Amino acid sequence: MSNTPTQQILDFVRGRYPQAEIDETQDIFALGFVNSLFAMELVMFVEKTFGVTIPNEELRIDNFRTASTMAALVGRLSPTLAVA
Amino acid sequence: MTLTVTAPAAVTDRRSARAFVDTHVVPYADDYDRNGRVPEDLLRQVAAAGLWAPFLPVESGGAGMDLVTLGEVHEEVGRGCSSLRSLLTVHTMVAWTVQRWGTPGQRERWEPALAAGEALGAFCLSEPGAGSDTAAITTTAVEHGDGWLLNGVKKWTTGGQRADLFLVFARTGASIGAFLVPRYAPGVQVRPIDDMLGTRASMLAEISFQDVALGPDALLGPSGFTAGMVLTGTLDLGRYSVAAGSVGIVQACLEASAAYAAHRRVGGRPLAEQPLIQAKLSDMVTDARAARLLLAEAGRLKDAGESSTIMATWIAKYFASTAAARHAAEAVQIHGANGCSPDYPVARLYRDAKVMEIIEGSNEIQRITIAGQAERETTR
Ligand SMILES: Cc1cc2nc3c(=O)[nH]c(=O)nc-3n(C[C@H](O)[C@H](O)[C@H](O)COP(=O)(O)OP(=O)(O)OC[C@H]3O[C@@H](n4cnc5c(N)ncnc54)[C@H](O)[C@@H]3O)c2cc1C
Repeated sequence: MSNTPTQQILDFVRGRYPQAEIDETQDIFALGFVNSLFAMELVMFVEKTFGVTIPNEELRIDNFRTASTMAALVGRLSPTLAVA
Repeated sequence: MTLTVTAPAAVTDRRSARAFVDTHVVPYADDYDRNGRVPEDLLRQVAAAGLWAPFLPVESGGAGMDLVTLGEVHEEVGRGCSSLRSLLTVHTMVAWTVQRWGTPGQRERWEPALAAGEALGAFCLSEPGAGSDTAAITTTAVEHGDGWLLNGVKKWTTGGQRADLFLVFARTGASIGAFLVPRYAPGVQVRPIDDMLGTRASMLAEISFQDVALGPDALLGPSGFTAGMVLTGTLDLGRYSVAAGSVGIVQACLEASAAYAAHRRVGGRPLAEQPLIQAKLSDMVTDARAARLLLAEAGRLKDAGESSTIMATWIAKYFASTAAARHAAEAVQIHGANGCSPDYPVARLYRDAKVMEIIEGSNEIQRITIAGQAERETTR
């Protein structure tokens, strides 16, 4: 299932940080590579890929900690996208 | 100096921008530079041409202009006058940030005035003790009633002498938040900074904020970890505009140098026939085109909402600003003593070009960022 939102988000993060070994439940902030540039890229990636606009109140760290929580956010913003 | 009185046509693309700049800016840019300010008359012409924030939506008074076109327009303005382009850059940063992060209430309040140029925006990040190192800013915004209390000093604020609305970045505990501060809020003080090396007409100021009480609607965008994204996005657009302005400087150097070399004669022949001069001109032509393509690519990625635009913009700005500084030095060289005089625009281009290597992320910071990305992407 390479096309689930979770997988697409993981692919994006891995593409930017090939040396990092991460899975969908790993806290990417705890791994220490999120700077404001990457945070911006991540938000843009999620908005563009899934066709959603993330409102300010959803821009909370807990929504972006892991690929799973980001996928869950996508699911809430765009219920038509299956969250797997 | 003759002031133009004809109302300018709306600027909608590169062509109309070029016509506007050739009519209303190029003939007077050296005067602005000498007088240390862009006159109110020109600011009004810019408004009449719809140039302040044409990327804002039509409902707000903008023209919904795409960012590729905006880059072309800023290039043309930069070709004519970097000081005006700088004013446009910081205003663009403020207007874009309001549009991207503003609540419906904030957008309704500010967008129409920003689109019309009735409120001019300025960007306040740098401080006496913090430039490249943005994490070192000491201006603070602390919660106060249901709003905020702002304290600190900002320096090198382009347009600060003239702006009506400041976008101020301040510490809010562990992160950095963006605040909309009207110039006439009690506790705001503006001190002009004149006589800079370049962009001399861009009306810089040092601005102090002493116990400035702000309402809850002063905070723009999210607080917390993503507040840093507001700054990243604001700077990204500023960098894009400075990259565009730098392309404009290279183009201006080329046009001035080619014209001069065609007429100036040495040993009975035009300077333009000397191989060493031809080498300089050909490098200007090549770099102008290359920089323009890098800029267009960054713009295309912005219009597509692609996150890779951020790095593409760093690269475009790095290439264009260094090219501008290099070719402005060569443009002065080609002009000889005339190039050092006030009779030709290249001395101004030379001084302005140096500034491009410092603002919106200095060359060193650009190299660190670009190399950092290369390293991340290639190391396994
Ligand atoms: C004309 C003009 C207009 C400006 N307008 C604005 C404005 O509108 N708003 C605003 O907020 N600011 C503005 N600035 C300020 C500008 O953003 C800063 O000058 C810039 O960020 C650099 O900061 P600094 O001058 O404090 O230099 P510093 O950060 O002190 O750096 C000094 C030198 O050290 C280098 N350096 C810094 N860190 C490193 C490193 N880690 N490794 C290697 N070298 C390093 C820098 O590249 C630079 O060459 C303006 C500046 C100018 C000149």
